[in-house]
Amino acid sequence: MDERALAQPIETIPAPSRFRNPIGKYKIRRSPACNGCGRCIECCPSGVHQRIGKKLARPQDYRCRGFACKQNPFYCIDQCPRKALKLALNPLAEAMGDYRWTADLIISTWQQAETGELPAGDIEYEVGDAGGGFDQMRFIFHAAGAKIPPEKISTSIELNKRDDGRPSVRIEVPFYGGGMSFGSVSLPTIVARAKAAKIWNTFTCTGEGGYPEVLVPYADHVITQVATGLFGVREHTIQRAKIVEFKYAQGAKPGLGGHLLGDKVTPAVAQMRESIVGNALFSPFPFHSVYSVEDHKKHVDWIKHINPRALVSVKVSTPTDVDMVAVGSYYAGAHIIHLDGSYGGTGAAPDIAKKNIAMPIEYAIPKVHKFLINEGIRDNITLIASGGIRTAYDIAKAIALGADGAVTGTAELVALECLRCGNCESGRGCARGIATTDMKLSNLIEVEWGTQRIVNLFTSWRTQLVEILSRLGMRSIKELVGRTDCLKHLDYTNDVVMKAAL
Amino acid sequence: MPKKYTIKTKITPPRFTPMGKSGIVDFSEDCARCQTCAKDACIFNVYTNRNFDSTQLADSIDYLCKNCFRCVQSCKKGLISKSINPEYLRMGDHYWTPDIISCNWYQSETGKIPVSGAGYRGKFAGKGFDDMWTDMSEIVRPTRDGIHGREYISTTIDLGKKPPLLKFDEKGALISETLPLIEIPLPMIFNVSPFGEVSEKVVIAMAKAAQVLTTLMFIPEENLTPSLTPYLNCLVPQIAAKGERLPGEIIKGCRMVELLYTSEWEKTCLSIKEINPQVLISLKIPFNYHATELTAALALQGVEIIHLYADLQGNSIDDAHPRFIKDLTRDIHLRLVDESLRDKVTLLVSGGIAMAEHVAKAIICGADGVILDLPLLIALECRLCKKCLRGLPCPVKIGNINIGWATQRIMNLMAAWRSQLLEVLGAMGLREVRRLRGEMGRAMLFQDLEQEIFAPLFGQRIQE
Repeated sequence: MDERALAQPIETIPAPSRFRNPIGKYKIRRSPACNGCGRCIECCPSGVHQRIGKKLARPQDYRCRGFACKQNPFYCIDQCPRKALKLALNPLAEAMGDYRWTADLIISTWQQAETGELPAGDIEYEVGDAGGGFDQMRFIFHAAGAKIPPEKISTSIELNKRDDGRPSVRIEVPFYGGGMSFGSVSLPTIVARAKAAKIWNTFTCTGEGGYPEVLVPYADHVITQVATGLFGVREHTIQRAKIVEFKYAQGAKPGLGGHLLGDKVTPAVAQMRESIVGNALFSPFPFHSVYSVEDHKKHVDWIKHINPRALVSVKVSTPTDVDMVAVGSYYAGAHIIHLDGSYGGTGAAPDIAKKNIAMPIEYAIPKVHKFLINEGIRDNITLIASGGIRTAYDIAKAIALGADGAVTGTAELVALECLRCGNCESGRGCARGIATTDMKLSNLIEVEWGTQRIVNLFTSWRTQLVEILSRLGMRSIKELVGRTDCLKHLDYTNDVVMKAAL
Repeated sequence: MPKKYTIKTKITPPRFTPMGKSGIVDFSEDCARCQTCAKDACIFNVYTNRNFDSTQLADSIDYLCKNCFRCVQSCKKGLISKSINPEYLRMGDHYWTPDIISCNWYQSETGKIPVSGAGYRGKFAGKGFDDMWTDMSEIVRPTRDGIHGREYISTTIDLGKKPPLLKFDEKGALISETLPLIEIPLPMIFNVSPFGEVSEKVVIAMAKAAQVLTTLMFIPEENLTPSLTPYLNCLVPQIAAKGERLPGEIIKGCRMVELLYTSEWEKTCLSIKEINPQVLISLKIPFNYHATELTAALALQGVEIIHLYADLQGNSIDDAHPRFIKDLTRDIHLRLVDESLRDKVTLLVSGGIAMAEHVAKAIICGADGVILDLPLLIALECRLCKKCLRGLPCPVKIGNINIGWATQRIMNLMAAWRSQLLEVLGAMGLREVRRLRGEMGRAMLFQDLEQEIFAPLFGQRIQE
């Protein structure tokens, strides 16, 4: 198959907010001085101003480009003959977001999910405000050198590098979806993720909660997760998967088990997990059958025996000896070593664990990458990073630091209009219909709409990845792996003379 | 196996509406009374439970609201907005941040550990305790499952000197002298806060909580009123520097007393031991430039317990360039290890312990246990406004609390902190907190990781 172009173009269909009042970075107020002349409607290319009947509707200001628009001849504020329009920062944005996911990142992700494109205007879509790691790294784009035309650039990666007779598994984009169980998120969310994964020829993952029947049509794009509680794991769910993932630990709660509160164990969830309705479920830590690399190998062999075609991925957290864990997994026979850093996670986790336990992914990637090179096995295993990957730029930086690809989680939920209020665990769960099993709340999301939002976000991300590669003069995302010389860190002198990438 | 230690928690609501992080702004003039916000949008019933606290002029919605923005985004006329509460942001100081205060309130109310979804929200790293991550075990190292009670993790620590070896006679009977030792089931000891409306009721509530939890509580001599006699076995009177002496019967009734380090300390120690040979003596010294030397010297002289105190923000006292409690503790611990003195003395540290994670981190740096002051006051709804220091009345009337209520709030906070300590221990595969002490190999420091991993890629780190 031609690696360069996409197998087929992927359609972007606008998928606007489900809510009556979408949130943007800016607020436009129309004063009573407005006489309804409609000049603003003619001006604005973003569709902020619309008419309902004879009257002008409330401005759809979430689409507004903001103050940066002032230089344009179509700036509605200046164009209004009655000076009836006022532009301001949306005060709501102040009450939203945090250091890692700033209001700008949330809003720009929403906009990409709606349109499949980067937002116009001055909204920050590359980095957050955490003051370290990805947020302090930038790409070094040299002005000289020919840009590669976008259509000649490939973003696809191969997940099987072992040459062990098992099938090749290629994904179109260097990222796939992380595990989110049925129980932690709603069925429409799960299905939307799977459909989007199919459209983009990548993967999503069941998480630890069983394999809902509605996912079977997408089986070629669904990773079956085997986690410590073994909830819903059956022989046939392993046999139908192209990739089986062992979840040893989660970055958000490394060394701790999972806990599904009783409220979320509805009859459907209970049936899938073979448990009792309303009873809280604990997923223990660790696998009580694995206390060494040798035990781990037995685990991997077990899966390989049950499904002779499957690739095996091992998802681990990032302890100080994460490099040893990675090597151990390679020798146990894993195809993919998936490092889950401490700052990510979608479901509920103790705050103390998210903040303090295990190291951020930005350290773990280069540490493991280097160690695997020194061991002479880097080319035989796929290194995947997750845990705090928010944007296309985070993905590119993770790859430049040494990963082959990334796994996303929260960003996909943000595409579905999660605003990270963090109440995933309480009572009926998510008020916005994402992390819930409550029937009424789950119905807030339509599968088609959700699918399109995620597809659109991925489309925008791929465009950005292609743009980055183009500016770096690279034809494939594979060329970017480990190219730390393409990165600078704002807190460093950046005067290391790098050997050209090997 | 010892009986499992548990702390009884019970939901104990605050007396005053707590300060909320953000407020709802609704422009009710244009409101169509459709009730979409109240009936449809809000799944937390915040609107239906809404009330106005006329004593504080506070709208309960600002505290109860979970920030899901459903009402904001669903209002048919777009009349609802949210904004950050500036009063909330003004709480505390740069160290005792509003989020730390409000998070401790939550734990004091519920006894539960703070849990949230959708990942971490803070800075990548920070100053003080925030430049350190703790380790975990997986695959290549033994792991433990202590969280859900499958394996018991002990949080017990010992106070006092440990004999280097035990001697037995031919029949196997112990002939070594047994040294006084106090075992407490939590590595956390209480201390009366240096400010706040610390009324007798407050002190009794704290003492009662210490007694139920079977830990200890430091108490200044002047606070030791007769009504505290029932709690004497868990009180550690702090003997004032000037050398006023406690009545002998109090020293006889205590298991431990504390002395401020002065030139007279040895004499005072001897006279106390004369009255009660079994009593443990803790010597209180400031964290400062000399603390390492002094601690080593005192340990060599046989001091049983050394209490190193920093200021409320965890900085060393009276130093031109203050250092943080965590770094100082580490230096002192390593010095004692180097001189083979570490088990001859118990190190307790105080100042700047504001969250459960600080307990674990202080212990990793080498403390045996920590001493808490402000968190206990925060459990009683303190907002750290320090109005009391200016002679103004306490906005939450701490002096007037109901003792039972206050005791339960403190127990809830300790239960939540202990559960979080268990999370950290479980993740590391440790079965007891005693083994966490000085385990620096299981900590990851910002400076070290940056140096090891980023410096080879990006050059020198630019100093701030």
